[in-house]
Amino acid sequence: MRRSLIAVALTAAFLFPVVGSAKTFKWASQGDILTLDPHSQNEGLNIAANLWVYDPLLAYNEKFDVVPSLAVSWEQVNPSLWRFKLRPNVKFHDGSAFTADDVVFSIKRAMAPSSQFKSYVAGISDAKAIDPLTVEISTAGPNPVLLRQLPSLGIMSKAWAEKNNAMLPQDFNKKEESYAARHAMGTGPYMLKTREVDIKTIYAENPNWWGKPTKKGNVTEIIYTPIKQNATRTAALLSGEIDFVLDPPAQDLDRLRKQVKVLDGNENRTIYFAMDVKSPELKYSNIKGKNPMQDVRVREALYRSIDIEAIKKSVMRGMSLPTGAMISPQVHGYSDAMGKRVPYDVEKAKALLKEAGYENNLEFTLDCPNNRYINDEAICQAVVAMWARAGMKVKLNTMPRATFFPKIANGDFSVYLFGWGVPTFDAYYTLESLIRSKGTGAAGAFNYGGYSNPKVDALIDAVKTEVDDAKRTAMIREAFAIHAKEFGTIPLHDQVIPWAMKKNIEITHQPNNRPVVERIIIK
Amino acid sequence: MFAFILRRLIQAVGVMLTVALLAFILFQYVGDPVMIMLGQEGTPAEREQLRQSLGLNDPVVVQFYHFLTNAIQGDFGLSLRQGQKVSLLLRERLPATLELSIAAALIALVVGVPLGVYTALKRHGKLSQALLAFSLFGVSLPTFLIGILLILIFSVQLGWLPSYGRGDTVRLGWWSTGLLTASGWHHLILPAVTLSLFQVALVMRLVRSEMLEVLRADYIKFARARGLTKRAIHFGHALKNTLVPVITIMGLQLGGIIAFAIVTETVFQWPGMGLLFIQAVQFADIPVMAAYLCLISLIFVVINLTVDLLYFVVDPRLRVGLGKSGGGH
Repeated sequence: MRRSLIAVALTAAFLFPVVGSAKTFKWASQGDILTLDPHSQNEGLNIAANLWVYDPLLAYNEKFDVVPSLAVSWEQVNPSLWRFKLRPNVKFHDGSAFTADDVVFSIKRAMAPSSQFKSYVAGISDAKAIDPLTVEISTAGPNPVLLRQLPSLGIMSKAWAEKNNAMLPQDFNKKEESYAARHAMGTGPYMLKTREVDIKTIYAENPNWWGKPTKKGNVTEIIYTPIKQNATRTAALLSGEIDFVLDPPAQDLDRLRKQVKVLDGNENRTIYFAMDVKSPELKYSNIKGKNPMQDVRVREALYRSIDIEAIKKSVMRGMSLPTGAMISPQVHGYSDAMGKRVPYDVEKAKALLKEAGYENNLEFTLDCPNNRYINDEAICQAVVAMWARAGMKVKLNTMPRATFFPKIANGDFSVYLFGWGVPTFDAYYTLESLIRSKGTGAAGAFNYGGYSNPKVDALIDAVKTEVDDAKRTAMIREAFAIHAKEFGTIPLHDQVIPWAMKKNIEITHQPNNRPVVERIIIK
Repeated sequence: MFAFILRRLIQAVGVMLTVALLAFILFQYVGDPVMIMLGQEGTPAEREQLRQSLGLNDPVVVQFYHFLTNAIQGDFGLSLRQGQKVSLLLRERLPATLELSIAAALIALVVGVPLGVYTALKRHGKLSQALLAFSLFGVSLPTFLIGILLILIFSVQLGWLPSYGRGDTVRLGWWSTGLLTASGWHHLILPAVTLSLFQVALVMRLVRSEMLEVLRADYIKFARARGLTKRAIHFGHALKNTLVPVITIMGLQLGGIIAFAIVTETVFQWPGMGLLFIQAVQFADIPVMAAYLCLISLIFVVINLTVDLLYFVVDPRLRVGLGKSGGGH
């Protein structure tokens, strides 16, 4: 009898080697998690880390489809009202029960004036608890993107926030520190163990997590350390002190590929050029009295004279995905057709410029950040040379991001390089901010160049409220198609963001650059 | 005496104010923190609101005035990046920087002084020449290069020492120390050696030249004539007289070590004030930058003031001069 018990135990141990064995996942990237408050900083790493502790209502799976998390099902009662059924028997880390009140509280907290998470609750007008396991969210008009906003929004315990006076996100007016900035307590897969700002943050597995039975990964402890210096970060990985680096430096990639493991994937961020098509006279140019960028032939010439494969090969060292689209392939609404680039053709570009009256006589300035996107300055340098080949004389003006963004936002440019990511993974985000004419709120907020086409605007406004997905997708694609035909902007590529790790780490690359630890397997 | 101290104190305050003002003016050009705080996806309305609530729309003079009145009360406001009290942040980081700096200063003395004595006594020895050549490297190689070389050798190739961080720390009240754990000592070695290398070279060269000077002095010749042992002459008389300027310089250097720990701290991810400052610069976190610069200038001012006062006590000539000319020197 006893022997058979031992045999069973041994077999079990053999079959389920994961059970009981501690697997610590030590990782690093350049900067620290900014705050543990889930509604306080709209920044990638910060959101990723807070989502280990705070579960959202809905989550993304590996294909970026929306799947249940704290909500198990949802339905649209009418075009501006959604009803969510919550997961029963979920407990917070302190043992208290999770209810609809917590959801309502969290949504309203994210809507507070001091919140920097407003873009994830945009369009929500109210949230109500119907019963302990039902929540209704009403939106100001139909909002087809709502479901894609919620996966970034962690749910906090109302009672805990009340007890610790953390009812609102960090408010700089109050001149005092928020309790929630250094403490965290949610329903998520990991619990905060210790937090030392800029030194290390340790999380332990939540043994009572609702998703544990189906959890894919085997990490039982997370230790996050920021390591600012590129060389030190690489050294720490090579010497085995850490398991994973989110942002390995480009110059070390070859070595890391040989000695450890590097996983490449595209970032959900498209790099592009935008032109000033609004001003009657181009600000930084030799052409006076008119704006050559308003001529679609000039814009096409700019596009056609860029040899994107050369940029990929020599500037990006292969680490880019050239694209003709303004959104990356993972974004809802993308099609392979829109990803296809207009071919590179210098002769055609020269002909177009000649036809438009700018043969060998067009000069302008290109503004470019030098510490924001991967190799941003080098891309601009390469493109300036390519444009010179087509007979344009372009002056390059590079600057750090802290001065670049205000300059561009003031409309003080002729042509500039920009990058745009889509946190909601839905094309409307790009259409509304970058392509629609300037309107109220977010409409056209980043359309600094001033591209405007009433037909495109009408399509975008229809996309905003259309709830039939097939129709909506068709309209998204039509709007992008018109914009691309008019060369409203010049897309270049999606950035490739490599992740470096030890050989025994199995992880899925995420285009939003947020590692999902509960899916990591340490062998 | 009192007037001397008072005048020194007023000068110190003047220096501090100038540093604060310069720092503040410089920060106007670091960039826009609001843009970084809200990310590029923030709307213009949100940016304007945050700018207003942070007081960034006020004229520079008004901002400086607010900063000063608060700073006098020890309140440097909230870090824009972390939303925590800056004074608290600095207090948390102070122990790491001080432990590192003092370790480096001790290494500099313990290694530098004997080497200096040796090279002075064996002036033409092969080893002395080699040490002097080495000290040139110590003075001229940039700290971050030394740090990265050490990491490459001792962490990546040999795997003996950790490449980053401070290891396990123990809290004694608000002071966190890495000196009570094995891992803390382990982590201290590489950064302390890196930071001390320049100082080792400096101390060694200083001791050497002072020793050479002193060895030529008359009282050493008399000591020789009296038949004292070499040991007594070199260490009892010569070295003792050498050490006064060395200790003065080291005292003044300590401020420099603390300030220049920035580079070492960045290379080794040593969680001290320097690292905090570097991160603040990237984020245009004005309150942290301002507080750090004020603190560093305070350290410099205090050290200089102490040295001045000590000189006053030690050197009778200063007192006499003061009496004759009615003060000032």
